[in-house]
Amino acid sequence: MRYAETGFNLEVDLTRGSCERVATQPDLAEHYLGGQGSAAKLLWDRVPAGTDPFSPDNLLIFSTGLLHGTPLPACNRTVVNTFSPQTNLMSHSLFGGFFGPELKYAGYDKIIIRGKAPDLVYLYINNDKVEIRDATHLRGKGSTETGDLLKTELKDQRVQVAAIGLAGENRVFMATIEHNHASASRGVGVIMGDKRLKAIAVRGTRAVNVARPAELFEMSQRIHQKMAGSSGCGDWMAVDEDDSFHHNHFAWGNARTRRPGYWNKELQDRWTKLKYDNMDRQTGCYNCPKKCRNVIKMPGGPRFGYKCFGKDTYHMAAFLELDFSYEILGVAQEYGVDSYSTPQVIAFALELLEAGILTDKDFPGMPADARGRFFYLLEKIVRREGIGDILADSVSHAARRIGNGAEAFDHNTTKKFEQLPIKLGKLNPAYFLMIATGEKMSITQIEGSFPQDPLPTEEQRQEFVNKWEAVPNEKFKQYFLNWKKRSDISDEATCDIVDWNEAMHYIDDSLGFCGFVSSFRGQFGGDVPYHMNNIPEAIALATGMEMDKPKLWKNFQRIRTLVRAVNVRRGLRRKDERPPEDHWAVRDEKYEQELLSKYYAFKGWNSDGIPTRQTLEELGLAYVADDLEKSGILEPAVEGSR
Amino acid sequence: MNPEMNTKTVQEILVDVDKCTGCRACEMACSAFHSNPKFSSINPAKARIRVVSNELTDEYVPVFAGNHTKSGCDGRHVYTIDGRTYSECSFCRASCPTRDYFIEPDSHLPLKCDMCESTPPLKQPWCVEVCGEGALVYSKREVKREEPSAAALGQIESGLQALMKQHGMEAVIARLKQIGREK
Repeated sequence: MRYAETGFNLEVDLTRGSCERVATQPDLAEHYLGGQGSAAKLLWDRVPAGTDPFSPDNLLIFSTGLLHGTPLPACNRTVVNTFSPQTNLMSHSLFGGFFGPELKYAGYDKIIIRGKAPDLVYLYINNDKVEIRDATHLRGKGSTETGDLLKTELKDQRVQVAAIGLAGENRVFMATIEHNHASASRGVGVIMGDKRLKAIAVRGTRAVNVARPAELFEMSQRIHQKMAGSSGCGDWMAVDEDDSFHHNHFAWGNARTRRPGYWNKELQDRWTKLKYDNMDRQTGCYNCPKKCRNVIKMPGGPRFGYKCFGKDTYHMAAFLELDFSYEILGVAQEYGVDSYSTPQVIAFALELLEAGILTDKDFPGMPADARGRFFYLLEKIVRREGIGDILADSVSHAARRIGNGAEAFDHNTTKKFEQLPIKLGKLNPAYFLMIATGEKMSITQIEGSFPQDPLPTEEQRQEFVNKWEAVPNEKFKQYFLNWKKRSDISDEATCDIVDWNEAMHYIDDSLGFCGFVSSFRGQFGGDVPYHMNNIPEAIALATGMEMDKPKLWKNFQRIRTLVRAVNVRRGLRRKDERPPEDHWAVRDEKYEQELLSKYYAFKGWNSDGIPTRQTLEELGLAYVADDLEKSGILEPAVEGSR
Repeated sequence: MNPEMNTKTVQEILVDVDKCTGCRACEMACSAFHSNPKFSSINPAKARIRVVSNELTDEYVPVFAGNHTKSGCDGRHVYTIDGRTYSECSFCRASCPTRDYFIEPDSHLPLKCDMCESTPPLKQPWCVEVCGEGALVYSKREVKREEPSAAALGQIESGLQALMKQHGMEAVIARLKQIGREK
């Protein structure tokens, strides 16, 4: 018997129509944990480098985290990985809710989907009973609507459903996979649609066993209580109605215009009233005491849920107010599109119209007002009609397809992926490295453990580090104590900080923990319930594996390096590792490139960002080095070449 | 007369459906506590509490398992409260043959909430312990025992008549007096 994991994957081939329950290697978790870690291994092993994301050979993998289904709270983020047609690199996406734990209770650690169905199907998993079923009656249905229809059809309200909307069906690059009011973005809905898989419905009534029950339960309850009573974790945007941070500092429109001083008391009162007048309640994900999701029902509109910055993206892109976001979010949720990238794509199109690169002829019948235009373009994109067919390929690809100078308006992407609309003055070295080298594509999936800004006085800094339990190493306390000006920090510290920030995300995304109680949240207050000093114990108690801090850190390095190798094999190189040119007004190319070189060396990668043989061998990834050498990506080893 | 004899303990779980966030921590903790050995496995399908939830209708109703019934109801019920319609049977606590809720998935035996009975007793059941929102609140109170009912008095009367007929009135009264003194 395995502890914490089930030891089985569900292998589905949609071309052949086969479903198989396959035992996994017993030592896999020890080296790659679960979630994104073991998914990266599958992508490396099974998807050849030249595979087109739209090929039937591309895999779409739904992973539970290694610790899903155990009593540990806030461990419920389902991980989705595939190759994205937008970036041609590994897509990494996550969604909260109940799907992952339910999948584990059904007896599977992963669903691995290959092939393509001849027409729309859904996958029904009820413990051992797995069926690929016709879904043509669900064509065009909204994502949560699909969930509801399947629960009725299957006569089981306890089924957990992940589904695509119209956007996914039409292979829109910004398409999401939706589950209740949670959503997986960053290039996975498009592949689910390409595989003609409308939905997955899962029901599980099996047990997940744990190795050291009493101790794990005691630890879980201790963490549960800390979470429930703490303002240091969860989404503070669910409770703090002062959102001056995003509105005054982030850029509006197509990530262009900053509006410092936009926020005021009258606005805050009005928006707070709008929220609470239309909010049903705030909900939580499986076994988590936080309630980060605001569930809104506007008169006549669909009920929807949002969290965090998803509240702001639409109205900021359209230069409107919160009521507009509340109007469009429910519609966008049913279509299944990403609320981070989609508003930017729409704002980009409207900029091209203003610049004369696109003309009125490209937008037949479009209303004159911003509100009407956003709805008009959303409809065009999800249906791939007219200009919408081009825009559905995301900003970067649309700019190249439109041509005629449109490329210059693609100013906010890195690795062809839309970045957060942040435009600042002076370069921030840590953020430069995170945006440049991150392979989770959005800064929110990379930053998060080390504070964003220094504290002004020595007393405050001292007080902060005194209660800072999360640091993996005492040196981070010294970095923080000596940090006075944001950009004034040593390169050595910068490399360490970026590495730690990344580490926590790779660990969370392999175990299933939510960033709001771990990897993302430490930067705001430092007081997170999960960190490098207690996660090893949680793994040991749940799985029975021996685990300590150095071993877990090595697991992070192994998984991180493997993800890099997966992408390097698909062509990722140093030249691609550039934050948007206007992310900071003041840039220093020479310094940035020196810093990048130092970081590559720190990571054990060569000057082109490729992991060296020595690094790979140290991490037990010699098979990766062999492959990279065979394909000519790495020079054959020379002693001491690191 | 001894006051303890005149009271009994009533345990209640007060459910505030407006406060439920739908997280199902209660199901997790219930199934962990009732696994054998304790906390060794987690399986919400074995929990004696379940959260009936529907995100589309904003329905979140924690229900804990009551008695088993051998047959389903002749009619189903659907409640509408404050304009919100709750799904069929959502407030029903029974384990019944028409649904597979509160039926142990392996043995198919009915499950019933035992308020986490334990020696020594817990402060409160685990579902309440893990409900951070106060949707579940435990209450324990002493209530006065009811006076014997007319039916019960009738039973006592006929029993005494039978004893007196067999042993004579004096013998019965003498014995009752003796019992009263002993107590």
